[in-house]
Amino acid sequence: MIVCDFDVLRPEQGVAALLPDGSQVAVFLTADGTVHALDNIDPFSGAAVLSRGIVGDRGGVPVVVSPVYKQAFELATGKCLEQPSVSVAVHGVRVRDGVVELT
Amino acid sequence: MTASTTQTLVVIGNGMVGHRLVEILRDSSWRIVVFGEESRPAYDRVALSSYVDSWSSADLELPALTGCELRLGEKAVSVDRARRVVVGASGVEISYDALVLATGSVPFVPPVPGRDLPGCHVYRTIDDLDEIRATVEAADRPGRRSGMVLGGGLLGLEAANALRGMGVSPHVVELAPRLMPIQVDDGGAGLLKRLVEKLDLTVHTGTSASSIERDGTRLVARLASGLELDLDVVVFSAGIRPRTDLELGLELGPRGGYLVDAACRTSDPHVFAIGECAAVEGVTYGLVAPGYSMAEVVADQISGGTRVFPGADVSTKLKLLGVDVASFGDAHAATEGALEVVVNNAVAGTYSKLVVSDDARTLLGGVLVGDASSYLSLRPLVGKEVPAALLQPGGAVDVEMPADAQVCSCHAVTKQTITDAISSGVACDVAELKACTKAGTGCGSCVPMLKKLLTECGVEQSKALCEHFTHSRAELFEIIRATRVPTFSALIEKHGTGRGCDICKPAVASILASLGNGHILGETQVSLQDTNDRFLANLQRNGTYSVVPRIPGGEITPEKLIVIGEVARDYGLYTKITGGQRIDMFGATVDQLPEIWRRLVDAGFESGHAYGKSLRTVKSCVGTTWCRYGVQDSVGLAIELELRYRGLRSPHKLKSAVSGCARECAEARGKDFGVIATENGWNLYVGGNGGFTPRHADLLVSDVDTAELIKVIDRFLMFYIRTADRLQRTSVWLDGLEGGLDHLREVVVDDKLGICAELEAAMESHVSDYADEWRGVLEDPEKLARFTSFVNAPGVPDPTISFRAERGQRVPVSLGIPEVVR
Repeated sequence: MIVCDFDVLRPEQGVAALLPDGSQVAVFLTADGTVHALDNIDPFSGAAVLSRGIVGDRGGVPVVVSPVYKQAFELATGKCLEQPSVSVAVHGVRVRDGVVELT
Repeated sequence: MTASTTQTLVVIGNGMVGHRLVEILRDSSWRIVVFGEESRPAYDRVALSSYVDSWSSADLELPALTGCELRLGEKAVSVDRARRVVVGASGVEISYDALVLATGSVPFVPPVPGRDLPGCHVYRTIDDLDEIRATVEAADRPGRRSGMVLGGGLLGLEAANALRGMGVSPHVVELAPRLMPIQVDDGGAGLLKRLVEKLDLTVHTGTSASSIERDGTRLVARLASGLELDLDVVVFSAGIRPRTDLELGLELGPRGGYLVDAACRTSDPHVFAIGECAAVEGVTYGLVAPGYSMAEVVADQISGGTRVFPGADVSTKLKLLGVDVASFGDAHAATEGALEVVVNNAVAGTYSKLVVSDDARTLLGGVLVGDASSYLSLRPLVGKEVPAALLQPGGAVDVEMPADAQVCSCHAVTKQTITDAISSGVACDVAELKACTKAGTGCGSCVPMLKKLLTECGVEQSKALCEHFTHSRAELFEIIRATRVPTFSALIEKHGTGRGCDICKPAVASILASLGNGHILGETQVSLQDTNDRFLANLQRNGTYSVVPRIPGGEITPEKLIVIGEVARDYGLYTKITGGQRIDMFGATVDQLPEIWRRLVDAGFESGHAYGKSLRTVKSCVGTTWCRYGVQDSVGLAIELELRYRGLRSPHKLKSAVSGCARECAEARGKDFGVIATENGWNLYVGGNGGFTPRHADLLVSDVDTAELIKVIDRFLMFYIRTADRLQRTSVWLDGLEGGLDHLREVVVDDKLGICAELEAAMESHVSDYADEWRGVLEDPEKLARFTSFVNAPGVPDPTISFRAERGQRVPVSLGIPEVVR
């Protein structure tokens, strides 16, 4: 499924996309050019806001920090660093012909 | 049933001391059964009066006990020592190998006629406080309610404080000629009385209540002095008696309490007693620290150890009604030939008395009232040589503590033990010291001393902002100011490591904004901003935002009020008046924010920066324009200040207020900078705070004119912005500032560092560069484009957001949160 043009993404910022089934993904571009996609719903608040979190790293591992209660989630695995029993789903994502697609 | 080697310990009583015993034995091989008469889990009875602040018993709860069988709400009704069986109220029988009595104490109620009338209470449990509250709320007196506390000791003053918290004016009646007769001497008690009487307490010493009668809905108490008090509530807090109503056929101490030896063992080798119900070698103790010490003894004894009760340090330091009181060692100079060194400063409101031996060489004890900050250094010196400097008027109290001095009296930990733990590398911070020495885990009053010892041992308390920068915020500020680094990427490349995080990015963004680097949503700054700054609105729990336009000084025209009403109505926003005299509109989605703001900006509004670590509001009373009592134009000044400092990014939010007279209706002393009008000009107060730790602001300058006032505020704010830590309010900053208020005054009033011209220039440049952030977004299509919920479906509402109605307005439907998280 097509999310958006790659040009729309900005390094270390997220955007949210609506899926046909009504669910949402948060898509992030890291500084090294990698694109990640996670569920947009923050499991600690239930709010669909992960795309609006600050992107950075913890010990070199790229993370997004939920804007609600500030837990960090690994961009590559969706795992919550503060509470490893909690994670958000990771979606397959690729860039083809300048377009970001979920696989 | 198969034979088991597990032994059973039964603890009767689930108070603080019983709880401590179970905690100590948590990981032992004992099976532990606890009987607790109260139906709630153990709580911090020492902090009972703070229950009035929140009326939430959860705030007082001690850590939940694990690994034991907790029989809450079940009283132990009898013990058969021959069979070693405890019988509970439910009929349950538990056999024990060891039994610990931790039944605590009961309040002593003097035999005053009428003491059983409705409206008369004791002060011991959370339930007692709930009952006192019910009496107070049922009273139908117009105006302030009136109460009597019988007993002017530590507990009585705590009870009086609790009554004040319920809006009752308390009379405190004490039989002895002074307040706190056990801990404090006449001089200290005199000052204490003067200080607490400022707080709406009336103190009657040297008298007692001779009768209490009901008169309609009131109570009337007659004092032996002849005075009659018209009351709504009476609280007895005239001391406690050990609770020994559980009949075991055991010997009691001369003043009650189960008689035990130094091992806390009764004459029955299987039965122990600890805490307030125990008479250790005949002596009872009404403080929690000796009780904890007894719990340690029993835990050791039943594990096969030989520890005995070391005797108790009955020193106390506490804050009663906001007044520091401390007493230690031989506070009443009872030692033969003891000499007293008294400094009684009636102006400053401080009293200190040191008791020394007849040759003035050994410190025996002391009393401190008003300022007890030297208690932590003095108490460990009891019985040791007294430094000569201490006996000089205004003598330094920051003296070197001997190695064998006790730092933590709850757990009998000496300075040597602590410094050993630090120098061997076992402990590098307070948390580790607590874990390995137990110091600081009792009453906690020695924690500041632990920090001091860490520093003295050369352990650097890290000031690093986060894992990406080893610098403090103040250091980063200086780097950015001096090198004019324009972006976060350039800064972290040169001075940090990694990519940054949610701590350093917003902190650096704030510094860049304080130094004036254009719009905070500029291309290189937007990804640094926390969500509130990124969308120039306040994120709420369901992912929507709230909108707060600026209403300087709280002054607004009817036309503008109508615009706010229309916007809120058209977008279905929930509206609420804020504490800062403006209006908050809740429930806007990201897509709606620009539309809402276009209408507000068109009507002449601008951003209120409710989302930023920046100036919020300058609240005001109505001032001379209308008020009969006002002496200056508080609204005019508030508007001038709010417009001057609007948009100023700082380490944390800034709040301000201006009151037009000394009645202080704008509550300026609860603000970061507050101004109160005088006949001659303005008084400026700084470092105030409400919130989690309230603090009254301190007077920085008085009777200045408006130009001078603004000059000093300019300097104060810029000095704070340069030197504070991240998310450090002015109150905490000022408390931690070396040299405190005097130093601040030297810097921003006397210009001792010669930086005032620079600070003023920085503020001038802020004022001249100010531009409304929302207008900046509306005028820039690129910034506007970011206000979209979905990149692939602009304008489509977020399906997770829904509302329901409450009291005629829309509020969020709570979101389903996965079970695993809570």
